[in-house]
Amino acid sequence: MKIQQLITSALVAAAIGLTGMSANAADTIKIGEINHYKRMAAFAGPYKNGIELGLQEINDAGGVLGKPLEFIYRDDQGKPGEAVKIAEELMTREEAVMLTGTILSHVGLAISSYAAEKKHLYLASEPLADSLVWEKGNEYTFRLRSSTYMQAAMLAEEAAKTDAKTYATIAPNYAYGKDAVAAFKKALTALKPEVEFVTEQWPALFKIDAGAEVQAIERAKPDAIYNVTFGGDLAKFVREGTTRGLFEGRHAYGLLTGEPEYLEPLADEAPVGWVVTGYPWYDLTDESNKAFVDAYQAKYEEGPKIGSLVGYMTAQSIAAGITKAGSTDTDAMIAAFKGLEVDTPVGKITFRGQDHQSTMGAFVGTVALKDGAGVLVDWKYKDGADYLPSDEEVKKLRPAAE
Amino acid sequence: MGLFVAQVLTGLANAAALFLVASGLSLIFGVTRIVNFAHGSFYMLGAFIGYSLMQVLPGMFGFWASVVLAGLAVGVIGVIVEICVLRPVYKAPELFQLVATFGVILVIQDLALLTWGADDVLGPRAPGLKGIVRIMDEPVPKYDLALIAITPFILFGLWYLIARTRVGILVRAATQDREMVGALGVNQAWLFTGVFFLGATLAGLGGAIQLPKGGADLLMDFNILAAIFVVVVIGGMGSLPGAYVAAVLISVLNVFGVTYLPQSTLVLMFVVMAVVLMIKPYGLFGREEVAGEHGQVGEPERPIKPAGIKVRVLVAVGILLLALLPVFGSSFSQVLTADVIIFCLFAASLHFILGLGGLVSFGHAAYFGGGAYVAALLVSYLQTPMEIAFLLAPVGAGFAAFIIGWLCMRLTGVYFAMLTLAFAQLLWSLVYQWGEFTGGDDGLVDIWPSEWLNSTTPYYYFTLVFGIGGILLLRHVAHSPFGYALRASRDSARQAEATGINTKRVQWLAFTFAGAVAGLSGALFVFSKGSVFPTELEVARSFDALIVIFLGGVKTLSGAIVGGASLEYAKDFLTRFEYWRLTLGLIIIFVVILAPEGISGTLRKLAERIGIMKDPDSNHSKIRNPAVNAKAHTRENTRENTREDP
Repeated sequence: MKIQQLITSALVAAAIGLTGMSANAADTIKIGEINHYKRMAAFAGPYKNGIELGLQEINDAGGVLGKPLEFIYRDDQGKPGEAVKIAEELMTREEAVMLTGTILSHVGLAISSYAAEKKHLYLASEPLADSLVWEKGNEYTFRLRSSTYMQAAMLAEEAAKTDAKTYATIAPNYAYGKDAVAAFKKALTALKPEVEFVTEQWPALFKIDAGAEVQAIERAKPDAIYNVTFGGDLAKFVREGTTRGLFEGRHAYGLLTGEPEYLEPLADEAPVGWVVTGYPWYDLTDESNKAFVDAYQAKYEEGPKIGSLVGYMTAQSIAAGITKAGSTDTDAMIAAFKGLEVDTPVGKITFRGQDHQSTMGAFVGTVALKDGAGVLVDWKYKDGADYLPSDEEVKKLRPAAE
Repeated sequence: MGLFVAQVLTGLANAAALFLVASGLSLIFGVTRIVNFAHGSFYMLGAFIGYSLMQVLPGMFGFWASVVLAGLAVGVIGVIVEICVLRPVYKAPELFQLVATFGVILVIQDLALLTWGADDVLGPRAPGLKGIVRIMDEPVPKYDLALIAITPFILFGLWYLIARTRVGILVRAATQDREMVGALGVNQAWLFTGVFFLGATLAGLGGAIQLPKGGADLLMDFNILAAIFVVVVIGGMGSLPGAYVAAVLISVLNVFGVTYLPQSTLVLMFVVMAVVLMIKPYGLFGREEVAGEHGQVGEPERPIKPAGIKVRVLVAVGILLLALLPVFGSSFSQVLTADVIIFCLFAASLHFILGLGGLVSFGHAAYFGGGAYVAALLVSYLQTPMEIAFLLAPVGAGFAAFIIGWLCMRLTGVYFAMLTLAFAQLLWSLVYQWGEFTGGDDGLVDIWPSEWLNSTTPYYYFTLVFGIGGILLLRHVAHSPFGYALRASRDSARQAEATGINTKRVQWLAFTFAGAVAGLSGALFVFSKGSVFPTELEVARSFDALIVIFLGGVKTLSGAIVGGASLEYAKDFLTRFEYWRLTLGLIIIFVVILAPEGISGTLRKLAERIGIMKDPDSNHSKIRNPAVNAKAHTRENTRENTREDP
């Protein structure tokens, strides 16, 4: 009991020593960025690149409120408790003016709750969970990326156009998978009441037993398949499914499947014919999209991922929000973010006042093969604003924020 | 019928990689008694190396050559790990090597990221085996059939090696009694290295051979870990046929689970493990672990005694410094220190049963997370005032430990550890799956303390009072008659029984008490973070505590606290840098090698040597491992070593 106390106090003293080193705060506007840089390196890396590109452009143009904008990146190891600790450090010691970041929804929810309690602004950039802005939504949290519900509704709209009657779903066995299936079911049955869901498969996240899943779906003989698996699970599912002929003569829909993060590793085994949400950066020709893609390729010598786009738009949104607020006061920034309009590569987006969700949309298209790699063809950008519930419904969905 | 056959075939094919990896783990454990956490990392390396080789070597021959070469390459890596990291720490207390392997995991994770990049890679298909054959009209991939055919040959080869060769005889002998093998003149060090090579090779082969069914990614090391431990335990630690039967059992059951009970994917294997261990406590083919059979390694623990006056003053000064922190420290330093205190309390509660009770629990997070969830659920659903929810959390966690402890108590050693892990996983999946009630992995949010505590400094003091209070309580109990009974039950169950101690009941009570204290730390945690998620119940959380105990020194009372504080502060500092896992892993390995008695144990020794601290009892200091002390022994043979037999 003695030595540990000495060590503890020595370490505490060291920690306190560090506090003295905190930088001279007034020179830049600091944003605290918390992410799973190690745990989800494949996603967080491009995201960070996107932010850096955005920052470079913002600061070259004179920064925000006459000061350069600066992001402080911190790794939370993918743990919510850790993220809350870091958030506290960023806000108190580093003197960040607001928080942003995270990919994993539960970490986003933890920061959101912290932000509401301590009255800091949090812009959730990538987490998809619907509850972040709805049932657990609060005054201090805004979300940029189009949510699970929006993207599932876009796919449901496509699915309703076909004559498929029976559906099988396969989704990782956790909240995102469940939300995604529930949203798809809700949207599809609203459009086409006669559809029937004949089987629901719930593989454990990143532990899929693909052969067994394929057999179980085949056994139900569905007309169409709705897939929510991603990453390594998706690769295994597609490979087993293709080998065993599961997708022959069937419609298939894949949430996020077309995003470069997931499509690129599949290379020439990309699931041709699937209707998916994604990001066809290689095909974009309109001015604003092209400008971003070109700048990104020039800087990093590779194509942007969806994370890069979200990162870039995060930097843009924050710059626009602070500029509109005219100060870094939290209340002023919140007021500014409500109804904030931002010109982004994908067009003008609005942070809705009623639920703090941005209207960023998604690209929906069909997977095809081109030069041995999966690409999206016949794609269309769908504006997120068209796939959000009505204002009355949103009010009901957002009890906590009232 | 056709579907049934096809499903069985799928299960058998899935069993192939699982068996390969698990058999390696089983062999390593059987001979060296090392619980090799890094085995999943070997599997991951096998996959990545196999993938890289397949890019270079063409055709069918190239494919299979890549698989074999990947296995051998990983075997060599295994040898390097064994020689550099594990060999220096064989003399350390049992399970200490587990910390070293944890360091290896961290290092390999970052090295793999550096070498192969962050993106997942899709494994190439096996040339010549790309299509399917129809068996009873059901499509079966050719590669599945190849896997089904190969596995029995590997099993046979291993069996032949173990049962019919001289090497095998030595391995079996070492599995039974490695001291005896050493005494008979066999070079144990090279035997261990050889077994490590074989085990790592098998893991590498497993990783490479599954490539056509999946690929390689940076999460696969942890993702397979639980499954292979389950297989090894169900089969019986050290048994190869057991590993095969268990791999097939788990894989085939999983296939049917997927079809007929799709929600079961998270828990199925843990349910199977729990059931098997309840019926056959040593797995299907395992044999009973006899306590002390493998010899007491390291020096025997010194009897603990109440702190002297000097120490008490030191502790009081330390606590005073902590209490003054809000005066001179920043608001963040309070948050950080509160986090550290909470974690130390959690680790100390595990140390109580592990160090004093000799009960290794791999599932202690169940009570930490359990306490946090009890408080969070009370607040969320019953709007319970924070103070009451806070007090009920340890009660709830203690109750969970009471039930689980009762179910686990008949097992010992690693089997006990695995059963606690199984129950912790069951609790985790219950919380994870039951979204309507527990919020699933979206957790429970907005669990903040009452008004009077709801800012940094008051909550810091609150944490200080209950955290330090909890630690002092644990220490106090250790010195109470109950603590003596607990240590007696650990050191010699039979003699303890003879003196009238009901050892099982004492251990059960200790388990419950430790669970309750873990619940207290969980409650402190949830109100400091404002939210709780199933991650707090995960295996990783249990292992965090386990590792700091060994890092701090399992045979000292302060080990958990020293280890916990050091690791938490180190992590807080290191995660600011890009390759922090590599650095942290190397630091852990370094500490493990330099300080095999843990930080606290080594510091104490150092202090004694340079005379800051008095050797508590000079007689006891001589009761050490005779080998270690041989020199001292001859020099001072006037002081007779009274306990040659450890």
